[in-house]
Amino acid sequence: MTHKILIVDDEPNIVLSLEFLMEQSGYTVAVARDGEEALAQMASFRPDLVLLDIMLPKMNGYEVCQKIRATPDWAGVRVLMLSAKGRELEVSKGLALGADGYVTKPFSTRDLMDQVRRLLDE
Amino acid sequence: MASGWAIAIASFGYLGLLFAIAFYADRRAAAGASLIASPTVYALSLAVYASSWTFYGSVGRAAVGGIGFLPVYLGPTLMAALWWIVLRKMIRISKQNRITSIADFIASRYGKSALLGGLATVIAVVGIVPYIALQLKAVSASLTLLANYPAPASAAAPLWSDASLYVALLLAVFTILFGTRHLDASERHEGMVAAVAFESLVKLFAFLALGLYVCYGMYDGLGDLFTRAAALPALQPLTSPDSFSPGYGGWAWLTLLSMLSILLLPRQFQIAVVENVEEDHVRRASWLLPLYLLAINVFVLPVAFAGLMQFPGGQVDADLFVLTLPLMGQQHGLALLVFIGGLSAATGMVIVETIALATMVCNDLVMPLLLRMDRLGLRRRADLSGLLLGIRRAAILLLMALGYGYSRAAGDAYALMAIGLISFAAVAQFAPAVLGGLFWQQGSRNGALLGLAAGFLVWLYTLLLPSFAQSGWLPASFLELGPFGIAWLRPRQLFGLAGMDPISHAMFWSMLVNIGGYVGVSLLSRQSAMEQAQARRFIDPWGHSEPALLLAWRGQAPAQAVRALLKRFLGAGRGEEIYARLRHGRDGAAGDALLVHLAEIELASAIGAASARAVLASVLQEEALRPDEVLAILDESSQAIAHSRELEHKSRALERASAELRAANQRLTELDRMKDDFLSTVTHELRTPLTSIRAFSEILRDHPDLPAAKRSAYLDIVIKESERLTRLINDVLDLAKIDAGRADWHAGPVDLAEVVRDALAASSGLMRERGIQVEATLPDVVPHVSADRDRLMQVMLNLLSNAAKFCDPADGRITVALRQDADVLRVSVRDNGPGVQPEDREIIFDKFRQGGDTLTGKPQGTGLGLPISRGIIRHFGGQLWLEATAGAGAQFVFTLPLAAVLETGP
Repeated sequence: MTHKILIVDDEPNIVLSLEFLMEQSGYTVAVARDGEEALAQMASFRPDLVLLDIMLPKMNGYEVCQKIRATPDWAGVRVLMLSAKGRELEVSKGLALGADGYVTKPFSTRDLMDQVRRLLDE
Repeated sequence: MASGWAIAIASFGYLGLLFAIAFYADRRAAAGASLIASPTVYALSLAVYASSWTFYGSVGRAAVGGIGFLPVYLGPTLMAALWWIVLRKMIRISKQNRITSIADFIASRYGKSALLGGLATVIAVVGIVPYIALQLKAVSASLTLLANYPAPASAAAPLWSDASLYVALLLAVFTILFGTRHLDASERHEGMVAAVAFESLVKLFAFLALGLYVCYGMYDGLGDLFTRAAALPALQPLTSPDSFSPGYGGWAWLTLLSMLSILLLPRQFQIAVVENVEEDHVRRASWLLPLYLLAINVFVLPVAFAGLMQFPGGQVDADLFVLTLPLMGQQHGLALLVFIGGLSAATGMVIVETIALATMVCNDLVMPLLLRMDRLGLRRRADLSGLLLGIRRAAILLLMALGYGYSRAAGDAYALMAIGLISFAAVAQFAPAVLGGLFWQQGSRNGALLGLAAGFLVWLYTLLLPSFAQSGWLPASFLELGPFGIAWLRPRQLFGLAGMDPISHAMFWSMLVNIGGYVGVSLLSRQSAMEQAQARRFIDPWGHSEPALLLAWRGQAPAQAVRALLKRFLGAGRGEEIYARLRHGRDGAAGDALLVHLAEIELASAIGAASARAVLASVLQEEALRPDEVLAILDESSQAIAHSRELEHKSRALERASAELRAANQRLTELDRMKDDFLSTVTHELRTPLTSIRAFSEILRDHPDLPAAKRSAYLDIVIKESERLTRLINDVLDLAKIDAGRADWHAGPVDLAEVVRDALAASSGLMRERGIQVEATLPDVVPHVSADRDRLMQVMLNLLSNAAKFCDPADGRITVALRQDADVLRVSVRDNGPGVQPEDREIIFDKFRQGGDTLTGKPQGTGLGLPISRGIIRHFGGQLWLEATAGAGAQFVFTLPLAAVLETGP
């Protein structure tokens, strides 16, 4: 069974590149443009892993992460944060809120794919 | 008639009784049970005011001038009302400063001036000696009359048989025994006071007895007496109130004179101030003394009328009516009682007066001279207390001799009453210096000296010399024609001032020069440091504190020298005792200074303030504190004050500076935080396009087999994101330059209408692409503004692209307008998009803050356009803001001032 991945980002070009990368690796992909849409997709699409940006319209990535972790149904969902906010404080905040990994933009595509695979294999 | 022996026995017996009383009172005082510690005794002793001048003289004066004798007793009654204010203050001051006499009081007030004390003493002696003479004369006259009646008083007797000589000698011995048994004058003469109070009772009793005899023995009561007197034409002037002597003006002057005398006569000062036991006694005395004076005067007029009716035609001296009336009625016992009463009045006055004067002569005249002439000689003597007592005894003898001499020389020329008033006028000269000294801080030594001296000279010229002339010692022409025939110098019509009785005339001139000199010189001259210190102690005797006074003594204070001084002047035993008392519990420099100060007070009580100061100064080698030194001390302290003010000032300045620094630091911290935020934001904004670029570059690299269409689409994305990155970098640098004021500006005259038209043309492609209708309202010609054309273009394009971005996507409409307001050009750009929430109106001008992202998703752009545009417009003196608009749409407005145009205009 193929894993399902939800891409949450408001930058169209970044979403485009992520979609291409995930589909190339054989994952099923869905996209959300803001925080609220992300939570809606969580319920309908039921992804195994979320690629989550932080600076989002309507609801930021930290809040989305908190909501996911607060919902028992989604306990097994992996969250990988993807953000241009690369300061140590923001990284540890993301991890503290329950993210499984944190990748700083701009990222190396190979490193990103390694991370995704590792999280999904566990 | 009455045998000489009987009179002698009665007289000596009475004097012996007095002495016994005095002795008993002294014993009681030594035992600690003072006989005179009673307000009644105090008031009675104050009645020493009523001397033989009252006892015999009042009747004499009433026989001539009717009720003209009354002011002499009205004055004290009036003054008694003021005692609580004036006398109580004098008592307090005198106790604090151990004042020994009125001269000492004046000297002490004006900087312990020996010169002033000496002058006051001279005035008192010259003024009072005739008064003493008067008492001696009264005693001898009454004695002669009593012994020889009914034979007329014999002509001048040879010296050895003159009764008044023996009276004088007797009184001198009596006074010496009473007054100079020990030294400390301010320890009071309790025995003397007791005796004087007793004498007051005796003379009052005697006079009342006589009055009752005259009214009810010789006549049928007062009514009968006055009726008969009124029937006699010769007595008419005396019973008419309109014609009493000496007229209303004279009446007022006499009252004033008597008011001053009850306060300033040396004997009154002695009894009222020096001998005062308890300040509070003043309270009872201020009504009891007036009552006493009233009682002793009740029968004066009846006795005078009776005398005039019994001895018409002046065959009997009116001054002796008091004694002659009972003699005539064969009332020998009463006559003897009256004689004893007169003797009481005379002896009381003489004893107290001579003691007071002798103290003044010793302390304020002889001691300062001795100290000055033979300081070393005095220093060699171990014990000077004997010498001091010797001086006082000699002074008493001398004063008595002077009085006797005067009484013999003056003969019968002058009535008793007149002599008394001359003395009153002499001591009245003390009034300005004493009363001014009590209430006027500025009154100075020089002023007091000049006032006293001038007043005394005028008194001498207008009262004493005329009395000499009347006695025949000076030619009568001196009075009538003036000295050397100069009429305007006539002593009783000085400078042509006529129409006043001699006393009023003398008082007028002497007070004029006295007060004038005192006030005038005091206002013009400066007080020495010592004068100021003393003046303060006198003006405010209740508030002064010792430390302030200690300033007046400086330098080392060798305790042993002080001890030697005390022993020398107070006697070995008492000196040692006082030294031990003063020394007790006082050590160190401050203790020494205090010791000197207290020793000075003790010494002052023995030898007067001025002398005490002089001897202490000689032993201690203390330099007097000169005004310039005091000023130096004041200057030092004022400099210290100035320094501390300066320090305060500086510390305030420091506080201000540190507050400014704190504020500046806070601003810097804030700026630092803002820079941090800015960097973080810029970094974030830069990373976003970089992420796409890197991702697609890696995809293109890792997937060489991508279809051509996809490949070229991805490459397009990389190029667009690179352009975005470049734009962003440019904007950031641009904004940084504008913020830092380092941007390159090419200012010149700009046609704003043309700029708007060009910007509309440049963005027309974009508008068409999005189907937006643009409506522009532009005048053809507007004044030029001074600005950078390209920068204004940048602003216009930014506003237009913003408007296009937020326009209604379906039916976009943009309105652009340019118009001239008062002194600005105003450009507005309005879209029909969702508008901006009121709370966001200023936020959209922040860097990287874009509006509308919560509704429409992330808009395009760097987020730096508006901050840059605002920076540009502000640079050229204009404003850029978001207008609050009703309804949908956002309207941005900017203005540029026209003022800058005029020079460079078209």
